[in-house]
Amino acid sequence: MVTSVLWRLGQMLFVLVGISVLVFLVFFATPGADPTARIAGRNASPETMARVRVEYGFDRPLPVQYARMMEKLFVTRDLTSYVNRGQKVVPEILEAAPVTVSLVSGAAVIWVVLSVVMGVIAAALRGSWVDRGLMMLGLVGISTPVFWLGQVVNLVTQSRYHESWLFSWVPGLGYVPLTEDPLGWFRVLLLPWLTLAVLFVGIYSRVLRADLVAVQSEDFMRTARAKGLSPVRVLLVHGLRTSMITFVSLFGLDFAQLVGGGALLTEVVFGLQGVGRLTYQGLSNLDLPLIMATVMYSAVFVVVANAAVDMVYAVLDPRVRDGG
Amino acid sequence: MEGDTLLAVRDLTVALPIGGRLVPIVESVSFTLGAREILGIVGESGSGKSVTSLAIMGLIDVPGARVSGSVRFRGRELVGLAPRTYRALRGREIAMIFQDPMTAFTPVYTVGWQIDEQIRAHQKISRKEARSRTVRLLGDMGVPDPEQVAGRYPHQLSGGLRQRAMIAMALSCNPALLIADEPTTALDVTVQAQILDLLRGLRRDYGSSVLLITHDMGVVAETCDRTLVLYSGLVAERGPTGALFARPGHPYTAALLDSIPPLHGPRPKRLPSISGSPPTPDERPAGCPFALRCTHVHEACAVRPPLVACGEQDVACVLPTEGRPLPPRFVPEFCA
Repeated sequence: MVTSVLWRLGQMLFVLVGISVLVFLVFFATPGADPTARIAGRNASPETMARVRVEYGFDRPLPVQYARMMEKLFVTRDLTSYVNRGQKVVPEILEAAPVTVSLVSGAAVIWVVLSVVMGVIAAALRGSWVDRGLMMLGLVGISTPVFWLGQVVNLVTQSRYHESWLFSWVPGLGYVPLTEDPLGWFRVLLLPWLTLAVLFVGIYSRVLRADLVAVQSEDFMRTARAKGLSPVRVLLVHGLRTSMITFVSLFGLDFAQLVGGGALLTEVVFGLQGVGRLTYQGLSNLDLPLIMATVMYSAVFVVVANAAVDMVYAVLDPRVRDGG
Repeated sequence: MEGDTLLAVRDLTVALPIGGRLVPIVESVSFTLGAREILGIVGESGSGKSVTSLAIMGLIDVPGARVSGSVRFRGRELVGLAPRTYRALRGREIAMIFQDPMTAFTPVYTVGWQIDEQIRAHQKISRKEARSRTVRLLGDMGVPDPEQVAGRYPHQLSGGLRQRAMIAMALSCNPALLIADEPTTALDVTVQAQILDLLRGLRRDYGSSVLLITHDMGVVAETCDRTLVLYSGLVAERGPTGALFARPGHPYTAALLDSIPPLHGPRPKRLPSISGSPPTPDERPAGCPFALRCTHVHEACAVRPPLVACGEQDVACVLPTEGRPLPPRFVPEFCA
């Protein structure tokens, strides 16, 4: 048990180092682009250039440059932005992360609960109009662009009907930290959660329904029915429990990519200063240190989430536990 | 046969919708099963053996399927029984074991948990009591170290152990009738013999009747009191196993018996086989379904022959009524 966890941690570390090397090479060792000039800014004096070059080690071999960069990212955490001079990148990300994590976690809870309910009902009433209706709804959810949906939600709740009793509780756009005002946090995030969850409810409920229908023809489902169990028990305890394995692996990947910045559109539409938005800023200004930092952050998340999925997997499926 | 009748199946017909119309998979199958009796249902793949057993279990849930005829279990009609009532019967009074023990257990629960589940579905007893009964059952089924096996997941057990656990689960509520659908097909020969021994012992130890579905004539000869031969969803022949093996009345039964490799005497150069393949249910001819492959086929076979008594058996063939029944054959000593 301990060895397998250590082995797993070692693997994670290895993957992270690999990603950091790759990202570093892409951004800082691309031939023809001198990072010194970019960091020093336009029309910098030769003295400034020289200072920057020494500080970042750009006059030294690549491995040293890489080590210097990692030191600035993880140890001293004083990597500064190219664009906003003096703006330290790492604290900026640490500030944005809770926003994104709040947004994505809430949405995840909603989409998991809703899609399980919808998928199970649809599978149980397979072929009926309820099944067809729910799956149609799922398809609508999948094909609705999140930025458009967000804008419509804002239009309705922030301006058109904001004064009506229905939406008067909706606060203005922005973020309220959970630690400061839990109720405010909930109110400000509820609509972004729902908006972000719509697409995933659609995907997950359809995937789950398909899995549940496929599992119906398995031998063990027939055994379960032959045991005299109720149809609900057969479907939930035997069918759903087995189908959750696919569901979880899908969830781990989606969750990680959203926390790593994939919720960009939702963040922008609802004025949330999250990681996605930060990445977007970094990309549009070609702010290399910021990009480097956000990519590393999101890599950490994807790798950690994958490890978590593997662990949940082992809990869900005894066959995986033994496979090692 | 002996004692009172436990199960009486009369004119059981199961029709499934195929390509937009109802096709009878099993047609007018009738048989009875006495208390503590082992009845073998034999036939090729697609002859309707499994469908018959599923119909008795009330597990045919294909939308649009129609089950007609009568299945009386302890005098109680099962065809058309309300789902809730059926459920109380299933697993408690009629239990079933399936062909492939590899896939018949839910992979994510321990074997013991799954047996407990069945016990607790039918009886209000505590988890602990259920588990102690599970362990006892596993022990009875010849599982070594049953306590430990109960805590294992299906994939951690060998095929033989899994099938024993499956039988333990089926017997957990002391059912009067056990339906075994090819219980030994997926197992290797030595394990097969052990499982058959186990099944034979059930009537003594548990007082259960067994409906053994198989395509293996050897298994039938070793295990069953009486035999029902199905061909293309119809009864070809039924009767006491010994008589049926000694004097098969239906050319199909005779051909099946001929295709068993003999253990004694000169080894045949080539094992006789039945040429062709059985008609699919939707192409079943109006006359005798075996006519296309039968060496005795003549004009009379264009009309579907009814079951007639021939010796100790009932045979769906015109030959006995025409006064020229098949000759008796060499009886293998294992069923004599």
